[in-house]
Amino acid sequence: MNYIPNILFLIILVLSIGFFAANVKKLFRNINLGKDVDVSDNKSQRWKNMAKIALGQTKMVVRPIAGFLHIIVYVGFVIINIEVVEIIIDGLFGTHRVFAPLGAAYNFLIGSFEILAALVIIAIVIFWIRRNIVRIQRFIKSEMKGWPKTDANLILYFEVILMTLFLVMNAADNQLQQLGADHYVKAGAFPVSSFLLPLLDGMSISSLIIVERVAWWLHIIGILCFLNYLYYSKHLHILLAFPNTYYGKLKPKGELDNLEAVTNEVKLMMDPDADPYAAPAEDAPEPEKFGASDVSDLNWVQLLNAYTCTECGRCTSECPANQTGKKLSPRKIMMDTRDRLEEVGKNIDANKGSFVADGKQLLGDYITNEELWACTSCNACVEACPISIDPLSIIMDMRRYLVMEESAAPSDLNNMMGNIENNGAPWPFNQMDRLNWKNES
Amino acid sequence: MSNELKVPTMAELFAAGKQPEVLFWVGCAGSFDDRAKKITKAFVKILNKANVSFAVLGTEESCTGDPAKRSGNEFLFQMQAVTNIEVMNSYGVKKVVTACPHCFNTIKNEYPGLGGTYEVVHHTQFLKQLLEDGKMSLEGGSYKGKRITYHDPCYLGRANNVYEAPRELIRKLDAELVEMKNCKKKGLCCGAGGAQMFKEPEEGTMDVNIKRTEEALDTKPEIIAAGCPFCNTMMTDGVKNKEKESDVAVMDIAELIANAQDL
Ligand code: SF4
Ligand code: SF4
Repeated sequence: MNYIPNILFLIILVLSIGFFAANVKKLFRNINLGKDVDVSDNKSQRWKNMAKIALGQTKMVVRPIAGFLHIIVYVGFVIINIEVVEIIIDGLFGTHRVFAPLGAAYNFLIGSFEILAALVIIAIVIFWIRRNIVRIQRFIKSEMKGWPKTDANLILYFEVILMTLFLVMNAADNQLQQLGADHYVKAGAFPVSSFLLPLLDGMSISSLIIVERVAWWLHIIGILCFLNYLYYSKHLHILLAFPNTYYGKLKPKGELDNLEAVTNEVKLMMDPDADPYAAPAEDAPEPEKFGASDVSDLNWVQLLNAYTCTECGRCTSECPANQTGKKLSPRKIMMDTRDRLEEVGKNIDANKGSFVADGKQLLGDYITNEELWACTSCNACVEACPISIDPLSIIMDMRRYLVMEESAAPSDLNNMMGNIENNGAPWPFNQMDRLNWKNES
Repeated sequence: MSNELKVPTMAELFAAGKQPEVLFWVGCAGSFDDRAKKITKAFVKILNKANVSFAVLGTEESCTGDPAKRSGNEFLFQMQAVTNIEVMNSYGVKKVVTACPHCFNTIKNEYPGLGGTYEVVHHTQFLKQLLEDGKMSLEGGSYKGKRITYHDPCYLGRANNVYEAPRELIRKLDAELVEMKNCKKKGLCCGAGGAQMFKEPEEGTMDVNIKRTEEALDTKPEIIAAGCPFCNTMMTDGVKNKEKESDVAVMDIAELIANAQDL
C-alpha cells in the first residue's frame, strides 16, 4: 500500500494547525497587553448573551437582507464543516467516505451539505454584488480603501471556491460511484452536484479520479489556508464573536465607568484630615496615567473588541457624526486600534519579547483629536454592532487622556468646565441664582 | 393661583422636620436656560396639582458633572458627584425625579459607585405613574388628534431603555403619535450629547440637529415632542433653521400635559 498521501496529509495538517496555534498565541499575548478589567460577574447573563447574539445572530437580522444572507453563510459553514471531520479521517487513514455505513443518515447529511453549499454560493454572490456593484455606502467609506476592501472580497472568493470544490468533488465521486469504480462506495445523496454530471460525461475512470482527488485535496488545503488567513483578516470574527459577546457590556449603555484612580485622589482631596503637603511615600507606585493614548492603556476587552470587529460598518452608518460628514467613524476607531495593536505586537516579536518605543501611539498617529471630539456619546454605534463591540468606550478613554493628561480640550469645553468648577453649572450663572426661575413669570 | 408655584426646598422642609417623598432634580438647563425653565415650571405645576410631596435642592444643587465626564474630565465629574451625593445623603434622599435625561443617567448609573444610591426616575416615568395611580387625569383637549412625533433622547432611550413612558403619555393625550423613520433604539441623536452642546461642531457637511429635524419634519408633525432640555434646544434651532417655527412647535412632554390640564 502507498502511504505517501497519508503522510503528506499529516504533514500539511500538522503544519497548518501549528502555524494557526502560533498565531493564536500571539493573539492572546497582544490582547493581554491591555489592562485588566473585571468581567467575572453575571456569568449566566453572559452565557445568555453569547447564545443569543453570537450563536443566535439576533442582532444581525436587525438589517433583514444582510442578516438573512449572513445566517445562510453562517449556518452553511458551520454545518458543512462537519464534513471536514470525515475528510480528515479519510486523509489520515486512507479510507474513503468513512461515515458511509451510516446509510440513510449519511445520505441525508451529504444531501443537506450540498443544498447549503448552493445557498452559500448564492448568498455570497449577492454579498459581492452589494459590495462591488451596488456599492452600499457603508462598504465604501474612506477607511475601507486598500486592504480592508481586498480582505472583504478575498473572503468571498475563498468561500465560493471552497463550496465549488466541494460540489465538484461530490460530482466526480458520484460519477465514479455510478461507473462502479474501485474504492468509491455507493454513498451519499447529491441533489446539487448531480447537475454538474453532464460536465463530466464521457470522462474515463482515471480522469475522474484525478478530478475527484484534485478537488478533494484543494478543498481541504483551502480550508486550512482559510483557517490561517483568519488571523490577518476581519474574518477573525467567526471565532472571536463568541468570547466578545460573552464579555460585552452588561451595564446600561449610558453608564460610563468611574475611574478608580480618580476616586482615590478625589477622596484624598475631600478628606479634611489628609495633609495636602505630605510627600508621597517612598514606595508609592508611579501615579497612574489617566485615560488612553495607546493600546496598552486600554483594557483587554477593548483590545478583544478590536480584533473581533468585522468591519461591517453598521456602527458608522448609524453614527450621527459620520452621517453629517464629520471625520469620526466608530468602525475606524476599532480598525485603528487593531492596526496599532498589531504594530505593537510585531515590534515585540522583532525585539525578542519586549516592546521598544517606536515614537508612535494610537492617539495622533492613528486616531486624531478631531475624530474624538466629534462624538456625541449617543451610543448608536454600540447599539448597532451585531457582536457587542463598544467603540464609544475607546473614544471616552482617549478623551480622558486628552483632558486629564494633556489639557487639550477644545477651548469651548474648557470654558464649560471652568464654569462647572466655579459656579456648578456649565454656563456662567451664579449657583445662588439656581432657584430664581421659581419667581420669574 | 395658577402662577403661584409651590416649590419647597429640601432645606426648608428639613428645618420644619419634614421629608418629601421625592427630590425634584432640576438640573442646570432646567434652572438657567430660558426655554428649559418653562419645562421646569410646567412640571412643577403638574406636581402641585397632583399634590405630590416633593422638594428641590435650590441653591444647594450643582451640576451633576455629566458634561465634564463626557468631555473626559473625570476629576471634575467626581468632585461634582461627591459634593452632590453628600448633600443628597445628608437629607436622606431616597427617590429622585428629573426632567433631564443626562442628570437621570448620571445619578442613576454613575452615582451609586461613588456612594449615592437612589431610586431615580425620569419625569415621563413619574408622570406615567401618577396617571396609573389615579393622582392625575389626562384628557387630550387641545391635543386631540394632533400629529405629534416623539424624539428619543439618547440618554433616556438607548442609554437606559426608556422608550414607552413618554409615548404612553402622548397617546393618552388622544394625539396621533407618528414615528420617525429612525426611532427608539435606532433614534438619531439631536447632536447635543457628549458635551457637544457646549462647543462648535467639527467640520462636516451639516449639523446633526438639522439632520434630525429633517427626519422629524418628514413625519409632517404639528408638534415635535421631546423629553430632554438639550434635545429641545437642538430641535427648536433646527425647526427655526428650516423656517417652520410657525407650523411646528417643539414641546416637552411635561408642557403638553400641563397645557392639556389648562395649568
Ligand atoms: S457614540 Fe459617538 S461614535 Fe458612536 S455613534 Fe454616537 S457619535 Fe458616533
Ligand atoms: S464595531 Fe461592530 S458594527 Fe462597527 S464595524 Fe465593527 S463589527 Fe461592525
